[in-house]
Amino acid sequence: MTNAAAFTHHIRQRIARWWRARPHRAAEPPLVPVESIAGRALIIVIAIMTFLAALTAGAAQLVGAASSEWQSAVAREVTIQIRPVAGRAIDQEVARAAEIARATPGITGVKVYSRQESERLLEPWLGTGLNLDQLPVPRLIVLRLDDQKAADFGALRRSLVENVRGVTLDDHRVWIARLASMAQSIVILAIGIVALVITATALAVAFATRGAMAGNRDIVEVLHFVGASDGYIADEFQNHFLRLGLKGGVAGGLAAMIFFVLAGALASAWVATPGGDQIEALFGSFSLGVGGFIAMGLIIVLVALVTSIGSRITVMRTLRQLS
Amino acid sequence: MVRFENVGLRYGMGPEVLHDISFSIEPQSFQFLTGPSGAGKTTLLRLILLSLKPTRGLIHLFGTDVTRIEADKLTDLRRRMGVVFQDFRLLDHLTTYENVALPLRVQGKEEASYRAEVKELLHWVGLGDHVNARPSVLSGGEKQRAAIARALIAQPDLLLADEPTGNVDPSLARRLLRLFMELNRSGTAIVIATHDIGLMDQFDSRRLVLSEGRLHIYD
Repeated sequence: MTNAAAFTHHIRQRIARWWRARPHRAAEPPLVPVESIAGRALIIVIAIMTFLAALTAGAAQLVGAASSEWQSAVAREVTIQIRPVAGRAIDQEVARAAEIARATPGITGVKVYSRQESERLLEPWLGTGLNLDQLPVPRLIVLRLDDQKAADFGALRRSLVENVRGVTLDDHRVWIARLASMAQSIVILAIGIVALVITATALAVAFATRGAMAGNRDIVEVLHFVGASDGYIADEFQNHFLRLGLKGGVAGGLAAMIFFVLAGALASAWVATPGGDQIEALFGSFSLGVGGFIAMGLIIVLVALVTSIGSRITVMRTLRQLS
Repeated sequence: MVRFENVGLRYGMGPEVLHDISFSIEPQSFQFLTGPSGAGKTTLLRLILLSLKPTRGLIHLFGTDVTRIEADKLTDLRRRMGVVFQDFRLLDHLTTYENVALPLRVQGKEEASYRAEVKELLHWVGLGDHVNARPSVLSGGEKQRAAIARALIAQPDLLLADEPTGNVDPSLARRLLRLFMELNRSGTAIVIATHDIGLMDQFDSRRLVLSEGRLHIYD
């Protein structure tokens, strides 16, 4: 038998042993009466916590994805800007800069903005019908980069500065760095919020477990007297709280998933409206990818585990104090 | 089986409620633990059941010094004892059958392996028709017999019964006592805590008498 097969066999045996030794079968009623535990209130608390955690994770995933889209879009283009300089014909400077750019390896497209096009870019700020002849309107050349082959911006910048007056090359590095750090900050913030929510859930479960144990102290004592071990009693509480955690977690997680599906549908319906454009600019298409839904599923599992393990730790600690 | 040496107990900083208790319980023996109300009979039973720790002295259970025992070993010792509480302590949300089967269930045994045994015991104590009844619909005597059946189902080496006849009429009390004697003959050591002098006078047995926190033994 190979190592992997032996390991799988060992795990199967462990699971089978655990299954045989689990505290009660489906036909046997729980030893801790279900109605004695403030189950409904705890399910609601867990559902709200899971909803908040899943919402945070989903929002972080959306912003992260939108930021990546921005970054890749911005990184595919660089801009040459040429300011008018007294005594120099700007059209010649623009033509020379375009020529240098076209000759540079790694650049697949050069789009020279004419004077009229440059003036039109200013219209949103200055309005229409203005005579801009007297204004030193800079001219722009947008370069499209080759995805496969990286351009040498250092060499391009040096060549432009040597041959063209009033030129600057903007490769958007500052923007990209800012976007990356913003996305990182949002993800770190989201992880922090999820951790806080999980901690709050664990504390709520600990309080609920203590309450349940206090309310069932007589039963715990009888179980001890009839020969139940601490581990067996903890299993009884843990199984119950695992079910509560799963119910609350699934309810909250599903609510968050439905929220994102509905929000995505609304965002699609609003496309091409001013509000829709703003939302799309901030969050992209507002639709969670598979990764987002997997993250929410993991949060549901995490919440259920925290509920189950948290209750077990509380029960074991309380039993140690009792004995 | 059980050996107490100069055991004392006080609650917190209060006065000592049990002083210098020394006695032993031999295998297959039968004894009454008696004394006036509040003398400490239940407290002494709780010391044997390991639900209280003595303030001083030594307790040996089944050859083990319990003052130095680890928590997981307590369960093994408790499984060798059966207990009948004065107030029955049946779990209200379980049926009579489930209550009686409890000691076997908590040992992780399969239900199929003990079903017939539990039903037979329920018939033996006269509760064959109440297998699926919950404690809330049982009479005091029926609850008492269910509690006794629960204490016996795992065939303990030692049975501790706290006022087992306190809630039943004299006729049933005699029947229950005969049941305990029969169990004793089959090999179980028995300690019955009671203050019913009339009941004790019907059976000539060893008496452990608690008075003002001290134990007097009449063999």
